[in-house]
Amino acid sequence: MKAFTYERARTPAAAAAAVAGNKGAKFIAGGTNLLDLMKLEIETPTHLVDVQDLGLDRIEETKEGGLRIGTLVSNTALAADRRVRKDYGVLTRAIVAGASGQLRNKATTGGNLLQRTRCPYFYDTNQACNKRKPGSGCAAIGGFSRQLGVIGTSDSCIATHPSDMAIALRVLDAAVETVDASGKARSIVIGEFHRLPGNTPHLENVLQPGELITAVTLPKPIGGRHFYHKVRDRASYAFALVSVAAVLNEDGSGRAAFGGVAPRPWRVEAADAQMRSGAGAVAKTAFAEARPTHENAFKVALAERTLAALIAENRA
Amino acid sequence: MKFDTPAGTNPIDTMKVIGQAVDRVDGKLKTTGQAPYAYEHGEIPGKPAYGYIIGAAIAKGRIAAMNTAEAKRMPGVLAIVSAENAQPLGKGSMNTAKLLGGPVVEHYHQAVAVVVAESFEQARSAANAVRIEYERGAGRFDLVKEKPGAQPLTGNDADTHTGDFAGAFASAPVQVDQTYTTPDQNHAMMEPFATIAWWDADALSVWTSNQMIAWNKRELAATFKLPPEKVHVRSPFIGGGFGGKLFLRADAVMAALGAKACGRPVKIAMPRPLMLNNATHRPATIQRIRLGATRDGKLTAIGHESWSGDLPGGGPESATQQTKLLYAGANRLTALRLAELDLPEANAMRAPGEAPGLMALEIAIDEMAEKLGMDPVKFRVLNDTQVDPEHPERPFSQRNLVRCLEEGADRFGWNRRSAKPAQMREGRWLIGMGVAAAFRNNINMTSAARVRLAGDGVVTVETDMTDIGTGSYTIIAQTAAEMMGLPVEKVRVKLGDSSFPASAGSGGQWGANSATSGVYAACAKLRDMAAQSLGMDPASAEFSDGRVRAGNRSAALAEAAKAGELVAEETMQWGDLGKKFQQSTFGAHFVEVAVDSYTGETRVRRMLAVCAAGRILNPKTARSQVIGAMTMGVGGALMEELAVDKRFGFFVNHDLAGYEVPVHADIPHQDVVFLDEADDKVSPMKAKGVGELGLCGVGAAVANAVYNATGVRVRDYPITLHKYLAKLPAIA
Amino acid sequence: MAQQPPAMAVTFKVNGKAQALMLDTRTTLLDALRDHIGLMGTKKGCDHGQCGACTVLVNGTRINSCLSLAVMHEGDAVTTIEGLGTPEQLHPMQAAFVKHDGFQCGYCTPGQICSAVAVLEEIRAGIPSHVQGDVGTAPEMSLPEMRERMSGNICRCGAYSNIAEAMAEVAGVRIAETHGAQSDAGAEA
Repeated sequence: MKAFTYERARTPAAAAAAVAGNKGAKFIAGGTNLLDLMKLEIETPTHLVDVQDLGLDRIEETKEGGLRIGTLVSNTALAADRRVRKDYGVLTRAIVAGASGQLRNKATTGGNLLQRTRCPYFYDTNQACNKRKPGSGCAAIGGFSRQLGVIGTSDSCIATHPSDMAIALRVLDAAVETVDASGKARSIVIGEFHRLPGNTPHLENVLQPGELITAVTLPKPIGGRHFYHKVRDRASYAFALVSVAAVLNEDGSGRAAFGGVAPRPWRVEAADAQMRSGAGAVAKTAFAEARPTHENAFKVALAERTLAALIAENRA
Repeated sequence: MKFDTPAGTNPIDTMKVIGQAVDRVDGKLKTTGQAPYAYEHGEIPGKPAYGYIIGAAIAKGRIAAMNTAEAKRMPGVLAIVSAENAQPLGKGSMNTAKLLGGPVVEHYHQAVAVVVAESFEQARSAANAVRIEYERGAGRFDLVKEKPGAQPLTGNDADTHTGDFAGAFASAPVQVDQTYTTPDQNHAMMEPFATIAWWDADALSVWTSNQMIAWNKRELAATFKLPPEKVHVRSPFIGGGFGGKLFLRADAVMAALGAKACGRPVKIAMPRPLMLNNATHRPATIQRIRLGATRDGKLTAIGHESWSGDLPGGGPESATQQTKLLYAGANRLTALRLAELDLPEANAMRAPGEAPGLMALEIAIDEMAEKLGMDPVKFRVLNDTQVDPEHPERPFSQRNLVRCLEEGADRFGWNRRSAKPAQMREGRWLIGMGVAAAFRNNINMTSAARVRLAGDGVVTVETDMTDIGTGSYTIIAQTAAEMMGLPVEKVRVKLGDSSFPASAGSGGQWGANSATSGVYAACAKLRDMAAQSLGMDPASAEFSDGRVRAGNRSAALAEAAKAGELVAEETMQWGDLGKKFQQSTFGAHFVEVAVDSYTGETRVRRMLAVCAAGRILNPKTARSQVIGAMTMGVGGALMEELAVDKRFGFFVNHDLAGYEVPVHADIPHQDVVFLDEADDKVSPMKAKGVGELGLCGVGAAVANAVYNATGVRVRDYPITLHKYLAKLPAIA
Repeated sequence: MAQQPPAMAVTFKVNGKAQALMLDTRTTLLDALRDHIGLMGTKKGCDHGQCGACTVLVNGTRINSCLSLAVMHEGDAVTTIEGLGTPEQLHPMQAAFVKHDGFQCGYCTPGQICSAVAVLEEIRAGIPSHVQGDVGTAPEMSLPEMRERMSGNICRCGAYSNIAEAMAEVAGVRIAETHGAQSDAGAEA
């Protein structure tokens, strides 16, 4: 871990200014991913701006009838919120499928969205990785890729986004609210928040330097039955091979997003339109552009079968 | 004391303390955080400095240049030691690769330098600032590719031939001929390798985390070219080992080098992401098993060949061991082949040989039973043997495998299993049951102890035996208590110090029986001394309730030490009963799994082990050994695999997120039954080991249950869902 | 002489006792407890949030102390294994671990016990979990719930089954009943 200076910001704009004005600065909230990466010198900030005192830790109702979730709301608090459990069950289910109780107590809403990939070649600084060191190549391609992406990947990077929470947010059409150093706020729909790697896999989202996530907003409840199924080799405390977040209606219509398969939560609205035709039709559309490796080709079939299980459960 | 005739009645048979489910005597320390592990000892001369190990970034080749200039200038840095500036090191006999590499690199993450600084943070940061240029060499990383060139071995690992295997197999009316694979596995003990080392002139002292104190002392002496008496090794608490801490490792060598360089104690805990490639692992195997049987289910031909790889000069995974002894059959073949690989060093992990060997053999037996249309329990019972099949003149000292199988089947509700696979469903779950035999040899090792009787009546045991979670503290206390007629509370046990008499150490499931036998021997001597001190006849003196009785005389045991502490030291040595009798431990594992018919996720629902392992010294700690081993067996069956990058020659998933071991949610309630046994041929304790037995066969029992649930036979471990997903029943 | 790394003052309470430290900003809460305060009961198993051995309670909530900087804990109240009980006066959870042999090597044990104490509170507080059939309802005090919630604490010695029984005893859950509930893979949709 490289040496760094540390400060606690008092307002969102001050935090944004502190980071925007310092090329080596980063925000820290829960720290569960950032410190992990700093120990390995995958992240090497020279200054940390701690945002824990910004008061962005409340969940409020919006005038549109949805919820505004402060960026510092812990994963545990978000999953446990009465309104979330009642109206956005897919979000609670996704969060409690991720990490461990200890990590969820510390991890924040904004931080969860900004998690970096768990690709083992990204984590091993001896290996080539375009995400960690642009232009160095991708050791994962042709390597151990069972956990890695099958769609939305590129010749530069086949990493996945590891978040469970984000998969649910994608299916709920959430939006990310930010503020920049000038105090200017904006809202980014979740589907446009994470970028695909292309030939710049080190750019993972659309945030500008110093831009701070202040909240995640959920539109008004969409009804339906809420499902999140995460498939992994052990029963808990592991990243997804494949996960499916789905909101299904009584008439068989609905929407689904997939985790563990792509560099961002994977949802294809045109595929949602096939829901009443069954999992096969949805998967065929959603994964039409899949280009898996020989080690992870099973993920496409697994995604279909997992969705099929949820559809069957919805019918039952 | 030499054990060379079967044990008669002795004080252990009283079983007032031995055989009782005594709580761990170190339990309160461990549960309150007061038990000090290697990194945590405060008893050191002076303020420690912190070391951080740098591992090689390539698997094979050379260091072309190491630039330490920037790192040396960093705050707090005291020393940087590498092969360039280290004293010339010797090499112990038990490691294959050097513990300090460079300029030649033998495997990925081989230690090539240590940075020592005033703080951990400074050392870690400076280690990252050392710039190393490598010249990458060509390596061999793929066992499949190297298999054709694999070589036969000699000694215990030589091929064995009994009868006419080829002829019998060819003419057998029912045959199984299948190939199975097991992956590289990691011990993944929770405490990382850790050492605090310091020098006092030319004498080296370490607090370390090691299973075998006497080996560690000898290897440290060899490495630093010291007379053994100049080395002091202490390891009173060890946060798990499973074979990974049998040997001297880089943490101790680098801490000692760092301490020499900066003239202070140096403490090092190896970073977890470095451990999986730096240290030893259980090597992958490819196993071909051929079985021939008559139509009525008698095995006539048993052939087991296994291929594994290791660094040049290393050894094989002896996966055929159990096949020599487990089932009857006149015509037999076993063969081990060893390929050279440039992956990290292969070596022992819990139940080396049998653990992967039974993972294969016990699937093959299940396959044969199915071909024969026989129940797999009945098939195993039918092919039981009471003698060493390769040397029929050697009976087993005691063998109750059949009882384990039959009693287990009864208790588990085996009769509810459908012989035809993929028949049992609960909702979307496919349910299956599997069985496997457990088998692991008993090994006895020379073991010494010293016991002291103080004037307050407290007995103190000193031996360099280790407790790696096995319960050594407790069963040794029980042994001394039983021998001296005391309650456990009146016994103090001191372990893991090389200044104590050398014990068997912890490995090969020999620790419990061998180390308590050493304590038995020392206590036998102390009994004689105590009786003599009290003027009683040692031969007829009885020790119970804190008193010594002979004839019509009785005295408090403490009286014997009134004039001064009595000290007895003795070594247990072993005669040839192990040659005359095959000494082994047995068991049967039963497992029920549910497999999600949609997603292929497997959940273990029920587990039962029935074990026959001689006298159980403490049913509470022995049971914990077995359930822990069963848990590791579930890991081996369903998830554990070091993924090899065959291009760059390293284990890719080298941390505890990537290398998945079972978590709480993977493990159901586990049942363990110990048959009531006492084996008089193995030791005066009449006990054998259970710690490795508990692992042997579990993987196959899970595999057979998954087959029974799904009808899909997977022969490549771990049984992860992508290997059978496409063959599961079609979904709606 | 090289420039010294940034150091900062931080004060927090550990097991009720105020601690005022001057620390390299890089120091984790875990290393502050172990190397600076001398409380070695909290263990470092992986230092990356992958094992749970470093679990402590901060303001009553369990966290991985390895993934938190000490300087982020100004004013916090930290409880470690040493603060739960002592060999002379065990916490009920510590006593239950001894009774049920919920450990072997002991290295993950302080983290397991801190987690176990917190897990029972989390269930009582109604925090949802992955194994609930309906996250809209309050979770049950059951072994499957405990097993799921304890899954961030790895025990390679494999004492899980015994740990669950120790927790059940402290929670007042009858074990015979909950063993039946273990067969939930299949019953649960």
